[in-house]
Amino acid sequence: MTTRSSALRGSGTWNRWSGALFVAPYVAIFVLMLVIPLCIGIRLSMTRSDLFGIKEFVGLENFSRLFGDPVFLQAVWNTFYFVLLTVPVLTVTGLALALVLNHQSRWAAVLRAMFFASTVLSVAVVTLIWRLVLIPEGGLVAVLARVVGKAPVAFLGEQALAMPSIAVTTIWWGIGLPMVLFLAALQQVPRDLYEAAALDNASRARMLMSITLPSIRRTVVLVVIVEIILQFQLFGQAQLMTGGGPNNSTRPMVLFIYETGWKQWQLGYAAAAAQVLFAMIAIAAMAQYYFSSRKNAP
Amino acid sequence: MPVTGVRLSAVSKRFGEAQVIDNLSLEVEPGEFMVFLGPSGCGKSTLLRMVAGLETIDQGEIHVAGKRIDHLPPGERNVAMVFQQYALYPHMTVRENLSFGLRNARVPADEIALRIDAAARRLEITGLLERRPGQLSGGQRQRAAIARAIVKKPALFLFDEPLSNLDAALRARTRIELAQLHQQLKATMIFVTHDQVEAMTLADRIVVLNDRRIEQIGTPMEIYRRPATLFVASFVGTPRINLVPVQVEESGGKALARLPGGATIRTDIAFSTLPGEPAMTLGLRPESVRIADAAAGDARGTARVVERLGDRTLVHVALADDTLLTAEDRGDSSVQTGQAVGLLVDGRAGHLFAADGMAYHGGVQ
Repeated sequence: MTTRSSALRGSGTWNRWSGALFVAPYVAIFVLMLVIPLCIGIRLSMTRSDLFGIKEFVGLENFSRLFGDPVFLQAVWNTFYFVLLTVPVLTVTGLALALVLNHQSRWAAVLRAMFFASTVLSVAVVTLIWRLVLIPEGGLVAVLARVVGKAPVAFLGEQALAMPSIAVTTIWWGIGLPMVLFLAALQQVPRDLYEAAALDNASRARMLMSITLPSIRRTVVLVVIVEIILQFQLFGQAQLMTGGGPNNSTRPMVLFIYETGWKQWQLGYAAAAAQVLFAMIAIAAMAQYYFSSRKNAP
Repeated sequence: MPVTGVRLSAVSKRFGEAQVIDNLSLEVEPGEFMVFLGPSGCGKSTLLRMVAGLETIDQGEIHVAGKRIDHLPPGERNVAMVFQQYALYPHMTVRENLSFGLRNARVPADEIALRIDAAARRLEITGLLERRPGQLSGGQRQRAAIARAIVKKPALFLFDEPLSNLDAALRARTRIELAQLHQQLKATMIFVTHDQVEAMTLADRIVVLNDRRIEQIGTPMEIYRRPATLFVASFVGTPRINLVPVQVEESGGKALARLPGGATIRTDIAFSTLPGEPAMTLGLRPESVRIADAAAGDARGTARVVERLGDRTLVHVALADDTLLTAEDRGDSSVQTGQAVGLLVDGRAGHLFAADGMAYHGGVQ
């Protein structure tokens, strides 16, 4: 009997199936909620459809239309511009905050909690707060501008300022995540490395460059890619703060997809745009997988 | 290599409410290998880290090579430290690890290359210089860590339990190599350990620390032969010293110790030097208690446990009142568990300890 069961185990058949049983619930949900909708989406993207269903199969026509559509191209550019505005600042500021707050004191704990607190707010609350800060009629910035004798600025109404304003809002909202990721990484760096460096007469700047940054470089890569993936999906802030204006200057891809699909009822066209966004995020996700699973020195 | 010494004067350190080092003074001679020995939490590592500058001191002064250093940052103290976990920079090659401190000190590049070359040859890690610490074995990391200390040509070497992460065989080998290294470099070294074998084999002098205080400073043999306190006697020496409560009487000017069972041991300790309390503790190293015939000897008992070590045999003997004594016998001892044996006690090698832990020895005071 022992021989038999160990032979079975040796063949791996039983192991394979019992293993499959354990992951089955997850796989079922994954297929149902992700794979099937993805396939439906891809199919939809090759059709002309509205709310009443698919009208006709059009192949890649939606995609070729997309790349000639100035509004979509503007949305793609806006999205990249937004990612460019937010990701470097989130990464550098998150790291700076983590470095400053990475010690055991009451103030550090209070400040860590405060900087993280904004993360738990909903997008509606965040955008409401920042509209109150930014509106030219009685907003916080306008009041402060008046104090120093400057004319108030319509941050959300000016093409050059609208997207940077959304970026500032987003950074304020999302700074908690990179900060805690960096804090966790910093706490993994062995203390005695810093002590050895202190005995090696290293300045603080030298320790940062030669000990801290090399030790947490995987987390830096992780934060950059996670933030790229997150910020590619900009939607709520733009919709609630500017509605995509002025002059389409703040319309990101997700808002384009939403409006094309649910306001103009061009579901096939919207699905095609969604596939483009999906491809972009998939590339970033693969980059993250590549970097995080790469095996080289610690 | 400059030959220098260390002086700690009335050094104190508190962590919040806890006093970790209390008004401690100590001198390390130039070129001396000094070992701080003590149990966990006795403050020996803290003391080392205070010399290194990794802990501040609350009171007192520290001088290295005649220069006061306790107010200087660690990098300017001209000391090098080998850490328990080696603390090699994981993302740098061994060569970069060795050169890091020298580059920070703006040593010229050709000088750095020369020093690394010499240190690598001395520690036989020349072939490993381009590897990273993650690609080295524990023993190789240890060598790299020592090499990193050597290239700095410091006035003082500090070792914080550097052998505790090595397996037994490697530890014994590294111990010998460290002793050789010290002979070659003739540098002042302070070595922290809780392992008395390391302390005995490496040290020129040992500082035995317990409970934030210095119990004794002395050469290994002084520490072993003439322990200053009950703590030192019981902490140093394997197997552990026998400690028996005795009643002390005078006999011909010397102290006579009466065991609980009634047997008496004649010591070489002048009775007049004793504090006068009759109840004391007699300390006897196992090698001064030998096994004899059941009929002979100064005391009689029953062998409870027999440990055969090859070159000698340790016999744990229960006296009539169940006091346990560890005695030594020849390697080919025929004593069996449960056998009645006699004990020949060399009372001249015995120590007496008063209730406060102070030790009294025979011979030259």
